[in-house]
Amino acid sequence: MDLQDLYRDVILDHNRKPRNFGPLDPADVSLEGFNPLCGDRLTLRLKFVGDLISDIRFEGQGCAISTASTSLMTEAVKGKTRDQALALFKRVHELLTIDTANADELGKLAALSGVRGYPARVKCASLCWHTLESALRPPAA
Amino acid sequence: MTFSASEIRQEFPALARVIHGKPLAYLDSGASAQRHISVIEAVNDYERNYHANVHRGVHTLSEEATALYEGARARIVKFLGAKSSREIIFTRGTTEAINLVAQSYARPLLKINDEILITHLEHHANIVPWQMVCEQTGAKLVVVPMDSQGEIHLEAAIALMGSRTRMFACAHVSNALGTVLPIQKLVEAAKARGITTLIDGAQAIAHFPVNVQALGCDFYVFSGHKMFAPTGTGVLYGREALLESMPPWQGGGDMILTVSFTKTTYNGLPNKFEAGTPNISGVIGLGAAVDFLNGLDRAAAHAHETALLDHATDRLRKIPGLEFIGTATNKASLVSFLVKGVHPHDLGTVLNDEGIAIRAGHHCAMPVMEYFKVPATARASFAFYNTLEEIDRLGGAIEHAVKIFS
Repeated sequence: MDLQDLYRDVILDHNRKPRNFGPLDPADVSLEGFNPLCGDRLTLRLKFVGDLISDIRFEGQGCAISTASTSLMTEAVKGKTRDQALALFKRVHELLTIDTANADELGKLAALSGVRGYPARVKCASLCWHTLESALRPPAA
Repeated sequence: MTFSASEIRQEFPALARVIHGKPLAYLDSGASAQRHISVIEAVNDYERNYHANVHRGVHTLSEEATALYEGARARIVKFLGAKSSREIIFTRGTTEAINLVAQSYARPLLKINDEILITHLEHHANIVPWQMVCEQTGAKLVVVPMDSQGEIHLEAAIALMGSRTRMFACAHVSNALGTVLPIQKLVEAAKARGITTLIDGAQAIAHFPVNVQALGCDFYVFSGHKMFAPTGTGVLYGREALLESMPPWQGGGDMILTVSFTKTTYNGLPNKFEAGTPNISGVIGLGAAVDFLNGLDRAAAHAHETALLDHATDRLRKIPGLEFIGTATNKASLVSFLVKGVHPHDLGTVLNDEGIAIRAGHHCAMPVMEYFKVPATARASFAFYNTLEEIDRLGGAIEHAVKIFS
């Protein structure tokens, strides 16, 4: 596995300049993601207009993979419906864990496919997506 | 005896690995040290030729296995300066040994509002077992504060040793910071106040000789895998009178004398605390590791480790944006640090690409991370088989990582 496949330019860029980073007040949903293995923490805040994610921002500290993945995710899901965002979660989850998964039409998110070759780092990339999934699914009755 | 790192490392097969096309620089011995060839061979020899259950059979293999297993115990007795084999209990590791003491010694003794004293720099294994016993008994956990260098001061500990303090449990060496604690004085202070002491020697045992009678502690615990022996082995040293007074903590075979459905009588020390078939091969490997260390000029090995620490401190200090976490005057051979703009996990991945193995994370010491307001650090921990060249490679690779992420 080549290191440059993991730390692609898109990843490095989003790590240096995370998009949608900072507070969102007021937010409709706020959820914290925590990776107890590495101590990484992030808070996702979302605003909805009807079923549409009208705004999403994040705060916290994490590694380059985690920060870039969160930054890319916020760009990708802003303006999407809940179902569209959940479908994207599923695609990215496959991209991170299944060798044969394709990155068709994933745009910049395709850059996350390099993480697959580094099993110890998959959790770094998926933390924000799992947090998003929890934020989007209705609480269990 | 003479000591040569470049020669001794030939005796550790894993150190010959090539990772991503580069020779492995194994700088993670604080997490687990590599196996010495004599350990591998002792385990192999046992598995091939002597395997049988111990303490049971009258047949040859069982007698041989028992002799090897108990032979390892006899080696540990000498290695630690204990009084007899009755004071050496084999466990799965440091963690199990601490849990044993918490449940079998502390739990029956503790009353509501009694206190257990630990320090701020403990590994989770020397925090959580005490929290559990506090929940069970209504006792309180009291924590000796740490200063910004990562030091624990005798006066700060004494100030918290009160009339309700029943137990003082502390690390000999901090795994996250490298701090060597003033253990002799801490134990003396506790003893003078009638407080029982447990020393977590997991990070000390591979670095310098330990004599439990000279220390005067009541319990001393460590893991085999930090001293070049197999995982799943550990030692609880306890003063015989204390171990004698403690009830068994696990029931089963080997820890009993007689069993009927109305009454069971327990075996004597040390078997009372070794229920079930033990990790025979691992313990035999641990015995081989003791022989290996005994055959080493440990003063020279320690001097080399100190040279590694000094070199690492000097080399890494030259890297702009690098900050050490843990700057105690007396440190074991490890450096914990942060690099501005490079998360420890990214650093770990980039270093691995250069064949360099370090630890990145909270080191199972979240309260230490909390104190320094960081989620994680990078840690390079050394053993006497490491070389100055490996540290130079570490320095260069960190600089390379800084370039990638800037």
